[in-house]
Amino acid sequence: MKIRTIGRHARESLKSLSRNGWMTFASVSAVTVTLILVGVFFVIMMNLNRVAQTVEEDVQIRVHIDVAASKQDQDLLKSEIQAIPEVKTVTFSPKEKELNDLVKRMGDEGKAFKLYKQDNPLNDVFIVKTVHPTDTMKTAKKIEKLKFVAKVKYGQDKVEKLFKFIKASRNVGVVLIIGLFLTAVFLISNTIKITIIARRREIKIMKLVGATNSFIRWPFFLEGLWLGILGAILPIVLISIAYYRAYDYINPKLAGTFIKLLPFDPFMYQVSGILLLMGALIGVWGSVMSVRKFLKV
Amino acid sequence: MIEMQDVYKKYPNGVTALNGINVRINQGEFVYIVGPSGAGKSTFIKLIYREEVPTSGTILMNGVNLAKLRPKKVPHYRRNIGVVFQDYKLLPTLTVYENVAFALEVIEAQPKYIKKRVMEVLDLVGLKHKARMLPNELSGGEQQRISIARSIVNSPKVVIADEPTGNLDPETTWEIMKIFEEINNRGTTLVMATHNRDIVNTLKRRVIAIESGKIVRDEQRGEYGYEN
Repeated sequence: MKIRTIGRHARESLKSLSRNGWMTFASVSAVTVTLILVGVFFVIMMNLNRVAQTVEEDVQIRVHIDVAASKQDQDLLKSEIQAIPEVKTVTFSPKEKELNDLVKRMGDEGKAFKLYKQDNPLNDVFIVKTVHPTDTMKTAKKIEKLKFVAKVKYGQDKVEKLFKFIKASRNVGVVLIIGLFLTAVFLISNTIKITIIARRREIKIMKLVGATNSFIRWPFFLEGLWLGILGAILPIVLISIAYYRAYDYINPKLAGTFIKLLPFDPFMYQVSGILLLMGALIGVWGSVMSVRKFLKV
Repeated sequence: MIEMQDVYKKYPNGVTALNGINVRINQGEFVYIVGPSGAGKSTFIKLIYREEVPTSGTILMNGVNLAKLRPKKVPHYRRNIGVVFQDYKLLPTLTVYENVAFALEVIEAQPKYIKKRVMEVLDLVGLKHKARMLPNELSGGEQQRISIARSIVNSPKVVIADEPTGNLDPETTWEIMKIFEEINNRGTTLVMATHNRDIVNTLKRRVIAIESGKIVRDEQRGEYGYEN
């Protein structure tokens, strides 16, 4: 296609937006409402995901080494743990460090434990992290069976429940977003279909003078694109302002916990990009779906 | 030029519109298609510009069988044919100039050529001075002249008209017919379905009468009329 023709299609599509004022308004509104829903949901989901990731990263297996194990036995155990495919890192934490950590964690009450420094009752520990946090339980069970392992701890119940919760909320989120997206495509394709029914005559005349299907499709395709992009502007502005405010309000309250909201920059730029892309996709898809039907003249 | 051999057309609703048509129309001819309503005139016209395909038989247009023309080739085929309708089929949101230029934009002609050619044909139909007006600001006759201008702007070899004067008063009808004659005199084949007895009997040309999907009469310099 010639560049001149692309220019013509672009001009035609823009003209058509203003000619079909009410239909344009209806389509843009449909995209706007959907993208606000998708956007809000997406922001919440991404933040939940971030919390989940932080928690996931904290999940570790603590392998208490049998006191009877010699240095060689410990090295052997370490290499055996490392040989498990799911294992990412194995860090040795001597019992002296374990005691210090314990003392620090307990604060004033912990000072009493300092007495044990001479005769430390704790075990040396291997801190094991897995490549995928969800493999924690499986890996822990494998490690339990190894020689010179006194005890394996990984907060069994909590980890299991947490993973289930995260998995479920992610699935629900993905399903909801896909559902909203498809609803938007349906809405747009219907609105555009009404515009096209009104312009069936135009399409018929175009075909009569020898326009190819792609020549006819292009202006509608571009029109869908503009509708989608126009529809994405308001959600982007609204969600950005809301998130900016929410971030300022909520984040200080979360200080001291391990939970943090995703920072405005770059998160909001990413969200804006995604919303713009979704708007464009919804618009184009909707228009292509509905114009196809009317090309068989 | 146009040749139909044993053409049958049966619509999905069971109506048989054409029932064994055999006809040959030569380059440069002016042909009237006459017949009562529902005789198959419009189907005959639609087959020529390939809006419909025959149920059986062949339609040769300069040697190309339209019955077997692939859908992808249809737009290119139509660029060689001008079509004029009773209801003009103009785009109400485009100006006179744009309505005519449209047919050239579709084939991606050079802008300079489009401008020159559109003004030429608007001059031919006598509407050069109204190029910037919208169709609904013009009379029926003027709108039909724009439609004719659009049909010939591509310099087609054939112009097909389906009751082009059906909505016009007698005076305007003659203006339109003069333009058609002029187009035909320049060598373009003209096929026109009509109910207008005066035109047929005054401008004596070849008359093909269709009734119940069959050709009942085919005469050079014929008269209007069919058996019933």
